[in-house]
Amino acid sequence: MAPDAAVLVILTVVGAATPLLFAALGELVVEKSGVLNLGVEGMMILGAVSAFAVAVSTGSGALGVVAGMLAGMAMAFIFGVLTLTLAANQVATGLALTIFGLGLSSLMGASFIGIPVEPLAKLSIPGISQIPIIGPLFFGHDALVYLSFAAVVAIAWFLKKSRAGMILRAVGESDISAHSIGYNVIAVRYRAVLFGGAMAGLGGAFLSLSYTPLWNEGMTAGRGWIALALVVFSSWRPWRLLVGAYLFGGVTILQLYTQGAGGLGIPAQVMSMLPYLATILVLAVIAAGPWKGRLDAPACLGKPFRPST
Amino acid sequence: MSLSTSFKIEPRREIPRSLLYATPLLAVVLTVVAGFFIFLFMGYDPFLSLYHFFVSPLLTFYGLSELMVKAAPLIMIGVGLAIGFRANVWNIGAEGQLTLGAITGGVVALAFWNQEGIWILPLMCIAGILGGMAYAAIPAFLKTHLNVNEILTSLMLTYVATLFLSTLVYGPLKDPMGFNFPQSRMFGDSALLPILLEGTRMHLGTVLALLIAVAGWVLMTFTIVGFQIRVLGQAPAAARFAGFSRTKLIWLCLMISGGLAGLAGTFEVSGPIGQLIPVITPGYGFTAIIVAFLGRLHPLGIILSGLLMALSYIGGENAQVEVGLPQAVTGVFQGLLLFFLLASDFLVRYRIRRRAAVPQAVGAAQPAE
Amino acid sequence: MIKPHSRRHFLAGSGAAAGALALGGPAAFAADPLKVGFVYVGPVGDFGWTHGHDLGRKAIEKEFGDKVKTTFVESVAEGPDAERVIRQLAAAGNKLIFTTSFGFMNQTVRVAKQFPKVMFEHATGYQTAKNVSAYNARFYEGRDVIGTIAGHMTKTGKFGYIASFPIPEVVMGINAFILAARKVRPDAEIKVVWVNSWFDPGKEADATKALIDQGCDVITQHTDSPAPIQTSGSRGVWCFGQASDMSSFAPDQHLTAILDVWGPYYVERTRAVLDGTWQTSNVWQGFKEGMVEMSPYNKNLPAEVVAAAEKIRKGIIDGSHHSFTGPIKDQDGKERVAAGERMSDEALLTMDWYVEGVTA
Repeated sequence: MAPDAAVLVILTVVGAATPLLFAALGELVVEKSGVLNLGVEGMMILGAVSAFAVAVSTGSGALGVVAGMLAGMAMAFIFGVLTLTLAANQVATGLALTIFGLGLSSLMGASFIGIPVEPLAKLSIPGISQIPIIGPLFFGHDALVYLSFAAVVAIAWFLKKSRAGMILRAVGESDISAHSIGYNVIAVRYRAVLFGGAMAGLGGAFLSLSYTPLWNEGMTAGRGWIALALVVFSSWRPWRLLVGAYLFGGVTILQLYTQGAGGLGIPAQVMSMLPYLATILVLAVIAAGPWKGRLDAPACLGKPFRPST
Repeated sequence: MSLSTSFKIEPRREIPRSLLYATPLLAVVLTVVAGFFIFLFMGYDPFLSLYHFFVSPLLTFYGLSELMVKAAPLIMIGVGLAIGFRANVWNIGAEGQLTLGAITGGVVALAFWNQEGIWILPLMCIAGILGGMAYAAIPAFLKTHLNVNEILTSLMLTYVATLFLSTLVYGPLKDPMGFNFPQSRMFGDSALLPILLEGTRMHLGTVLALLIAVAGWVLMTFTIVGFQIRVLGQAPAAARFAGFSRTKLIWLCLMISGGLAGLAGTFEVSGPIGQLIPVITPGYGFTAIIVAFLGRLHPLGIILSGLLMALSYIGGENAQVEVGLPQAVTGVFQGLLLFFLLASDFLVRYRIRRRAAVPQAVGAAQPAE
Repeated sequence: MIKPHSRRHFLAGSGAAAGALALGGPAAFAADPLKVGFVYVGPVGDFGWTHGHDLGRKAIEKEFGDKVKTTFVESVAEGPDAERVIRQLAAAGNKLIFTTSFGFMNQTVRVAKQFPKVMFEHATGYQTAKNVSAYNARFYEGRDVIGTIAGHMTKTGKFGYIASFPIPEVVMGINAFILAARKVRPDAEIKVVWVNSWFDPGKEADATKALIDQGCDVITQHTDSPAPIQTSGSRGVWCFGQASDMSSFAPDQHLTAILDVWGPYYVERTRAVLDGTWQTSNVWQGFKEGMVEMSPYNKNLPAEVVAAAEKIRKGIIDGSHHSFTGPIKDQDGKERVAAGERMSDEALLTMDWYVEGVTA
């Protein structure tokens, strides 16, 4: 493939991977604290509609992004009250959150259908953004794309190096011990859950303001579910999550390009299966390799915790 | 973020039976109150909306039969999933296993399309169960041999199953007389589940679903295997000491949940649908996860939660038809109902007292891995 | 979610006249408004297929005011749920029910048997009955017009087509487009990308990018979201709206759109029920009857291109032009339709092969 063509493909992949990366990074932190929130799709779509509505009403993309994050957090707060304060079942609550979010988003978005919005501004550095290959590849995205990479670095650092991150992991691995040495398990988990909501909302905002700057009902089209699967794929490691999001996005895009080029005679439905199959296959290969045994989820994942003191 | 500082919350040692029944009622009452104001706020007649949501579907014989038709797959899949959830086996790909079961059962029906015989239907059911099992075997194998988490594999395979079904109905299984539309032939009479009540769609599968729930209850309550599954979920270390094979139990759980989902798929195509079409299920495999937990992972509870969930869907359609509520409003309302139901569990499992107690994690049957 | 699609007759109405008799006398309902029900496969906010049908429903309300009362149920899955919803609408007193997706066909026919006094109208199917009519639109006529425009506007001679599922309706649309384009630009080819969805804005946008990156400079689609329009607009390539006028998403590049105009048909059928003259029918309507229309042409279109497009549209209306007139060769170069011969409706409605110039 010519270098220019490769750049174009990569640019498309970035668009497809970024919303997945945001939502999955948030869920990774949530799960690291021992909470399983299956409501990513619901938080994401509410983020998408809120971001769009605010961006259209105020004319400010930045305010839209903030609104998307707040909407995701509001949804996450409902989840938190139910599962953390009231110790409700996390899996069922997450699924209910998705039903609720899909309904609420279509109510909120009804008057915003068919309206375009100014997409988020792309970085443009005179002279540099125009350099062949390097320019478009590194200096032509909008702020959210850079933010998604920064978030990988920051979350990796936070979990591994920071004190708060270590507490968060401790809470996820053994809530009882963490509690007995004086950490407030519920408070830590609330923060993680709200962060997860903000990130899912950010992923939604990216969808409705950058990836496809429009609002349509159900426009997340299952991306929240893929984000959930990617967290498992990553074995709860931010860097591997980056790989997973770009692997899934990459295969999705490549099969579309391949179809455009004639499809190699493979039925289109089979081509559409490839991203899912590739993800399973790569994870299986990783699992069979030298990392075997390091794939375990946080020990307390999904277990409710209720301090009685 | 505990509820209060002066009152202490502690788990109940024994759950009073009265509470077990009273709390879901309380949740419904709260939902009704919340719904009342939402409908009022949205400009719809709240009394009429609530009536058509919860009451009118139950008033006719036909309405009740439809409730069974909608609840049957939810109950069957929910029972299978609950057994796995008890052992901490996280099969969230029942949707895909259902689709595979519909395909394998449907292929049998189409293979004997122009034949008659009472053996066709049982053969379809066996094929459906095997199809669902075979599909669940992929996550089972990957989990037991490579320690690959089944949440990812079962979920991803759901998308693959839908695309596989699509490949078939757009290709080899397309009805030769169907003007190139993506659908198979209509099944022959011998491949259709008998209708139990004339004038309704209540098919044999609805009764079998109830029997399966009872069988699930027997398995979990009275057999060694059921005991082992529960121990594996609640105390994996104890299970190891006792010499239970984790691998075998994981396989067993995935085979049960996959097989039941597959059978539910066959029932759908041989019951209310009557042919293979590109999409068999409106999300039964996912909804059944909610049903399993609302039923507190107890097969008999799952019958009730399956019926309630089915009512919430049918009531939502009804409210659209009778009151003109948009689907979005019914979705929000359904979400609220679930929130209240899930939250009400709190009152069952905890009591509020003044005395302090030791903190503890409560294993109400959960986690991954 | 499978969707619309198309077909109509030849199994047509066995008991056409019986329909009116089954109505049971319209006078009986004179005081009460006529209740008209709609079953939608998607949300009314899809800005595509279902949105179009909902505009048709509103046209009924506008025309008849308080003489009618309309109800709709949206996002109904094509399976067991559909049968229950259709039955509920019938039981709730709706006397005319429109079921607006191909996948509702068998369910519509089944419920119609139980409610002989209710009239049913099924979109894009092929079955009819005493109280079931079928209707569909000749969208391929619109594809003929936009293909002609594309042939004039392209520089690279490569077109991109974002497709949903290979049902005859979609296959027919791809073929009509490239047949028209090659009359203007004989070496033109069309690349098809299947997204296996009627609606996924992200994926549709990605497919659009893939096609543009591979040299396509005109994009058209058979999926529901405006995402391909928006992407084409930002990349500066020409594009055409689907089902609705989507020009707000690419004011400079959106050349025109094929509009689904269900309103007049819905009004006509409602009036027939009100008057007691409803009969089983099976129609496949296009430009001539107004079920398919083109949205206003973009100001960027040169006058001679507009003239060429209008020539096609008017030719179709007056019958002098037919989109599928031979000679037509398939992808392998084999002649399928002889010179001067017009393809029959039956052959069109079951089309499962591609013409020359298609890469799919």
